Amino acid sequence: MLLIPCPWCGPRDEAEFHYGGQAHVAYPADPGALSDEEWARYLFFRDNPKGSFAERWSHSAGCRRWFNAVRDTATNEIHAVYRVGEPRPVTP
Amino acid sequence: MAERRSPAAAFADRFATASKSGALTLAEIPFLRQINVRVDPESPAAADLGAALGVALPVSPGTAVRSGEVTVAWQGPDEWLVIGPEGYEAEPLRAALGDRHGSVVDVSAQRTTLLVGGPRAREVLAHGCAIDLHPSVFGPGAVAQTMLARAQVVLLPQQDGFLVLVRSSFAVYLAEWLLDAATEYVT
Amino acid sequence: MRRESGGRIDRTRTLRFRFDGRDYTGHPGDTLASALLANGVRQVATSVKLGRPRGIFAAGSEEPSALVQIEEPFPEPMLTATTVELYDGLVASGLPGQGRLATEPDPARYDATHAHCDVLVVGAGPAGLAAARAAARTGARVILADEQPEPGGHLLGTAEQVAGQPGTEWAAAVAAELAGLPEVTVLPRTTVFGHYDDNHLLAVERRTNHLGGAAPAHVARERVWRIRARRVVLATGAHERPIAFAGNDLPGVMLADAARTYVNRYGVLPGRRAVVFTTGDSAYAAAMDLVAAGVKVAAIVDVRPAPGAGWADRAREAGIEVLAGHVVTAAAGDGQVSSVLAGPHPETGAPAVGERSFDADLLLVSGGWNPVVHLFSQSGGTLRYDEALSTLVPGASRQAVEVVGAARGVFTLAGCLEDGATGGGAPAAAQAAGEPYWLVPSQDYRTHFVDLQRDVTVADVLRATGAGLRSVEHVKRYTTAGTAHDQGKTSGLLTTAVMAHALGVPVGELGATTFRAPYTPVSFAALAGRDRGALHDPVRVTALHEWHVAHGALFENVGQWKRPWYYPRPGEDMEAAVLRECRAAREGVAAMDASTLGKIDVVGPDAAELLDRLYTNMMSTLAVGAIRYGVMCRPDGMVVDDGTVIRLAEDHFLVTTTTGNAATVLDWMEEWLQTEWPWLRVHLTSVTDQWATVALVGPGSREVLAGLAPGLAVSAADFPFMTWRETEVAGMPARVCRISFSGELAYEINVTSWEGLALWEALMDSGAVTPYGTETMHVLRAEKGYPIVGQDTDGTVTPQDLGMSWVVSKKKADFIGKRSYARADTARADRKQLVGLLPEDPGRLLPEGTHLVELSSLPEPPVPMLGHVTSSYRSAALGRTFALALVSGGRARVGERLYAPVGDELVPVTVTSHVLYDPEGARRDG
Ligand SMILES: [Zn+2]
Repeated sequence: MLLIPCPWCGPRDEAEFHYGGQAHVAYPADPGALSDEEWARYLFFRDNPKGSFAERWSHSAGCRRWFNAVRDTATNEIHAVYRVGEPRPVTP
Repeated sequence: MAERRSPAAAFADRFATASKSGALTLAEIPFLRQINVRVDPESPAAADLGAALGVALPVSPGTAVRSGEVTVAWQGPDEWLVIGPEGYEAEPLRAALGDRHGSVVDVSAQRTTLLVGGPRAREVLAHGCAIDLHPSVFGPGAVAQTMLARAQVVLLPQQDGFLVLVRSSFAVYLAEWLLDAATEYVT
Repeated sequence: MRRESGGRIDRTRTLRFRFDGRDYTGHPGDTLASALLANGVRQVATSVKLGRPRGIFAAGSEEPSALVQIEEPFPEPMLTATTVELYDGLVASGLPGQGRLATEPDPARYDATHAHCDVLVVGAGPAGLAAARAAARTGARVILADEQPEPGGHLLGTAEQVAGQPGTEWAAAVAAELAGLPEVTVLPRTTVFGHYDDNHLLAVERRTNHLGGAAPAHVARERVWRIRARRVVLATGAHERPIAFAGNDLPGVMLADAARTYVNRYGVLPGRRAVVFTTGDSAYAAAMDLVAAGVKVAAIVDVRPAPGAGWADRAREAGIEVLAGHVVTAAAGDGQVSSVLAGPHPETGAPAVGERSFDADLLLVSGGWNPVVHLFSQSGGTLRYDEALSTLVPGASRQAVEVVGAARGVFTLAGCLEDGATGGGAPAAAQAAGEPYWLVPSQDYRTHFVDLQRDVTVADVLRATGAGLRSVEHVKRYTTAGTAHDQGKTSGLLTTAVMAHALGVPVGELGATTFRAPYTPVSFAALAGRDRGALHDPVRVTALHEWHVAHGALFENVGQWKRPWYYPRPGEDMEAAVLRECRAAREGVAAMDASTLGKIDVVGPDAAELLDRLYTNMMSTLAVGAIRYGVMCRPDGMVVDDGTVIRLAEDHFLVTTTTGNAATVLDWMEEWLQTEWPWLRVHLTSVTDQWATVALVGPGSREVLAGLAPGLAVSAADFPFMTWRETEVAGMPARVCRISFSGELAYEINVTSWEGLALWEALMDSGAVTPYGTETMHVLRAEKGYPIVGQDTDGTVTPQDLGMSWVVSKKKADFIGKRSYARADTARADRKQLVGLLPEDPGRLLPEGTHLVELSSLPEPPVPMLGHVTSSYRSAALGRTFALALVSGGRARVGERLYAPVGDELVPVTVTSHVLYDPEGARRDG
């Protein structure tokens, strides 16, 4: 059971959160202008690194706020949490 | 007015029996006024809402403030739950907000309120609640939205015990769970 | 047999128990193992594969051998005799490797609790007690957990002194000091079995097991502690390890320190005449304690040419022959040890005494000590092979974890006390370590056991390395060594060492197998806690639930909700009840509890803009006072939910969702609002539980509503389809919506959930209204071709596939899903489309899920599949059965005959439009 630091509520059990996949994959400004391949890339392609990964979480059983976290996918260590719209911080 | 029935009304007798030992107090506090308020905390509207409430909207996460019989509990960076007695009205808050951006939604019947009090209250809740309920970190003036057993709740620590706000449809489940968790302390 | 005196047992009380059908007695403080030994029982079980007799090998949770089944007071399989505290009335039997679950439900209670602390100390031996006391004296919140019923750890089995008093008294005094502090929790009989991320540890507390049949029924038998600790101190001690030699599994072969524990802690002599086989000094202390208790120790066979300073002399003074530089080559006997063969260590130059044979019924073995690094390894810490100690010791921590005492290779009492008090920071002082020695060479390795519980021998390991296996993980899986109930506590490193021997590499080069939770077996009942039976998963009920129960409804689970399925009258089966309810809705008036629909309050100047982006159709053009049906899709264009949107004011909407999707849809809307369009000025609030909703359906519904809502103008002109009104119904403030999910004239009446029951009772009291459940609702909507998201869709279905192109806006510049409708895939002519099916036999009901094929006889597979039945019912209105199906190119197939394979039959069906009843919509205004 990870302890995930909600930027608002502080550390809470992982069970209170929903996972939202890779962060910083913005909805395209004009989907109609994209080729099928570009649109498919937005829909279906995500990174899957071993190591630091910026991802989205929602504190769904708490304050209901979405936020971003940089988590090491190999150790589960969370290096940083930050609010939506903020740039990814520099982490180890 | 037609007859109202609160979500845990069927548990009144069993709660009373479980409360006899003195170790624990279990009761439903039905029909409290609950109002969900959403507003930008920096806005003039937030200040006007605070004036209408008699206390400024608390901006520190996890805190609750009181104004007379009314509690204003932080729920999110732009969200609060106002809990008052049955007769407390939402209308003055709507008026304070006016037509500025924000929302005042009466959610009184969305959740009911259970009182878990007495010397063993903390132990009973700890059976199903993962947050630290120690009075040094979670005493009066705090509030938390979290899980109790498998139900989402709003927890408000009191001088003696806790108020547990639970969705109406989960109230029967949570009441059964509380009675089961209490067995060891009240038998 | 039992000693005259001594031991931490209460000799004033006698406990009766039965083992393998024979009656025995013991005392409080005994384990089943110590009581069996006290009664002279040597063989406890037979082995799993080879059927060899097995006895008691250890004195704690590392026991690999003495597996028992508890029969009474409640059947419990696969326990070790060394961990069962004796109680009066215990009935048990030995196990041949596998146990038997109870056939009746367990009457005991189980629970769980969460705990938080500054410091969790695991293990209440000398190091753990010292660590806990040091932490507690700073005022920290401390939890001290230990698997034994009393504190002391290794001190319980020795006669050692601490601070000038018997070690056990010192331990009791420290524990008492700790127990007196308000922020300290001491948990005896508690095994910390898992160490997870962020210092989350799980422990199981055995609270009433030791009381047997006298356990109070209201107290949870076992409790799982879910502990979150800022810092963890692991003082988990060490396990003595065996040596591989011929016959090392015979009853009577025992770890040396276990024998010492039986003598000192339980007042039991595990044999009369013993031989000791050791690689180090600690077994000398055990031998001396046995001699003091009256056991004849014939010889100490020490692999070292020069035993530790002073020990050999003391042994000889006590009348023990010391064979330095020798090894035990075999234990022999019929069913238990009766003789021990020793011979010179072939690799030392010590003067050989030669082959010797000793009469003995007890053979103590000490191959050195393995720190209990299980939890440390689980926590993500690395392990390091220490050449001086010839064992694995903790390396780098990944979390806030410290290891103290024997668990990090500090094997002296003084060292452990110091280590605990200082938090294990100091480098371990050099200490007299034994000689690394694992395997007595032989021509025949078939009885050199490495894993007693899995019956794995050196011969098996050599077969594995002979087959080319080089990794400890592979050998573990190939031989099953270390995979039993004991998870290789005594066998793991020995197996690795035998591999190393076979491969001619240093032991440390092979590494360790992964240590996984749980440290010791944990019952499923304990893990389930109170989350079983009625509390297994939350049951959500509406405000009307008690009425449904009182009126005989049967219930359907929809998500976590209990929804009335149908209301059978006496003598009715489901089919009859549903046909009657359907007729009432189409011909009279009927009502359903629709409170479970998700409801979301949407308010703000940009509310319409948000809904335009999320729904496929246009919501901003909806008039205040009006209602519109809408569909939400994912960006890939597939349907995720549907429902109605009610416009309460220019900047205020109420959105409904399907019952099972309420939370998902709110999360979905919040996700887009917060992460993609945070500038939109909109707030979302769930009000699902705020409102009770009753669907009032049928040509007679207007009249019933008019009777209860005298202030409401109910004519079709005054209250048109897809509008809402605020009024009073039966004296209650209500919002009434003209929405129909059946095609009939219908209303949805919303009141606060407090008043839902009163509203429903008022409707029922009007006399004409038939209650109906979800099955009837499903039939009525299917007759109209209305899909149910999740039943007629499966995440691969577009609105167009459902025949709802009309709900997909052509005007909006964008909405979630729009771009995907320009993909070639969503335009394929052979996409599966929603159609109706009429079985040619009008009485034939197709099972939902049935596949559809084109051919009237099945060729050899593969058979081309056209699609499948998603919904199937008997229709009162149509006077026949019908189905909805997703069929490849379905709309172009209307009129075609297809076949539905049901068992061995191919049932002919005709494809129709998915709208089977009132396609012109003539009935909705009554
Ligand atoms: Zn939060």
